[in-house]
Amino acid sequence: MSATVAAREAFKPSWTARIGLIAVALYSLYAIGQLDISWARLSVGFGEAGRFLARMVPPNFARWELLLEGMLESLQIAVLSTVLGIIISLPLGLMAARNLAPAWISAPIRGVIAVCRSLHYVIVAILFVKALGFGALAGVAALTVASMGFVAKLFAEAVEEISMKQVEAIRATGAGPGAVLLYGVLPQVASRFIGFSLYQLDSNLRNSTLVGIVGAGGIGGTLFAAFKRFDYDFVCAILLSIIALIFVAELVSGRIRAALR
Amino acid sequence: MNNTMAPGMKPLMREWTYLTPAEAIGRWLVWLAVVAATVWAVRSIDIIPEFLADAPEQMADLLVRMWPPDAAHYYPHVHAALVETLHIATLGTILSLFLAIPIALMAARNICRIPVLNVTAQLILVSSRSVNSLVWALIFVAVFGPGPAAGTFAIAFRSIGFVGKLLAEALEETSPGPLEALTAAGAPWGSIMLKGVWPQVQPAFWGIALFRWDINVRESAVLGLVGAGGIGVVLDDAINFFQWDRVATVLLAILAVVVIAEIVVTRIRARLI
Repeated sequence: MSATVAAREAFKPSWTARIGLIAVALYSLYAIGQLDISWARLSVGFGEAGRFLARMVPPNFARWELLLEGMLESLQIAVLSTVLGIIISLPLGLMAARNLAPAWISAPIRGVIAVCRSLHYVIVAILFVKALGFGALAGVAALTVASMGFVAKLFAEAVEEISMKQVEAIRATGAGPGAVLLYGVLPQVASRFIGFSLYQLDSNLRNSTLVGIVGAGGIGGTLFAAFKRFDYDFVCAILLSIIALIFVAELVSGRIRAALR
Repeated sequence: MNNTMAPGMKPLMREWTYLTPAEAIGRWLVWLAVVAATVWAVRSIDIIPEFLADAPEQMADLLVRMWPPDAAHYYPHVHAALVETLHIATLGTILSLFLAIPIALMAARNICRIPVLNVTAQLILVSSRSVNSLVWALIFVAVFGPGPAAGTFAIAFRSIGFVGKLLAEALEETSPGPLEALTAAGAPWGSIMLKGVWPQVQPAFWGIALFRWDINVRESAVLGLVGAGGIGVVLDDAINFFQWDRVATVLLAILAVVVIAEIVVTRIRARLI
């Protein structure tokens, strides 16, 4: 008899889960209504999708020079913004770490990092296009800001997790602040910092193919122009090249990360 | 005593170094590669010196034009667009969860035992992740026409790769015990999934969903730049008309929503996990 009780307990229907699911369904219906998504529109859309895909194949690599130029510019943007971002993130992260810096330094720096992280890189790119003019420079600046937000935040968190024993040991030898940072703090976080930097290079490479949409250089501008001119076979070629580039980058950075471990 | 030492043995007089020669050369090569890449990028990138020279001036001009933000513009235009953005992000996340669950089940090697399906699912996940949400938005604007429908689908298709990958990893880490017990008891496939697998991946699933929702709120704010609805449309209009005080209002609104979303997600995660 206890077995039947146990069986009933084991497969008891969960009313909170059911109510939650119903709530999600109701919200979805409400949001679909608000966003004006109707079945008629979707079915027309799926027909269009068929035509769209048909025009995408075969990919047209005839303008490969334009494609290569854009890809190289994206690569340059990614490299420069990562290097600049890392160089700026290093002091920023140290200053934002609450165990090393006093609160009156770390709090405002943390605010700066949070703002860098909250604004999407495309929005930052728009502002820099206004300030620096069209071209790759705006893209470099925008992605540098994005890298600062990401790397500095994670670096600060890594620094906050270090063991203070080594820092105290170096301090006890009478070393100055520079030597304490160099021999007490950095060796503990160097490998993680390299990991963040690699990840950021990967993500900057992805994002550098996009900033061109707002005029900040790279392959994105070519992509957007091809979209506007309905050159969907060229769009397909660009997309395939971007996917290939990202795939190779992911492979390489995965190898490097495995080698570092 | 020293002279009892065997003739072949040298006294321990090694010089200790931090790195072996191979490691030292390896590090040096990495630095060389980094410097070479940077130099190549700096030398060949297309930078117009005149633009760089007047950058501080332009920046100051931009800030002066942005201040003070046009608060009157917030209601109703920006507010309505902001709500639309949140709907796009939330609905897109829900849609992506429904689409990602079957693909994740297909990709998990301990649940789907057919290698062809595993590889196919992985391929779908990788291509979803490789295409940026703005590119997805461009594609769906071409498919559905401009509007929030395109944005919702762009967010959903972009999220499939992220959610599916993390969910498949969580599925592969489940313990096989409950599955085997339910299989031995003769439970049908649906019951095995619901009672054997789901309780094990549930915390990871909610964590992934919340995390992706947070990212989607951020991403849906820019989809409007390519016409896919949300607050990006208002931002794009304000920029095209050079109404920089309105741009400032929109940017502050986006910043506030993103920060609030992050705080909400952190709170819920802390309670869930």
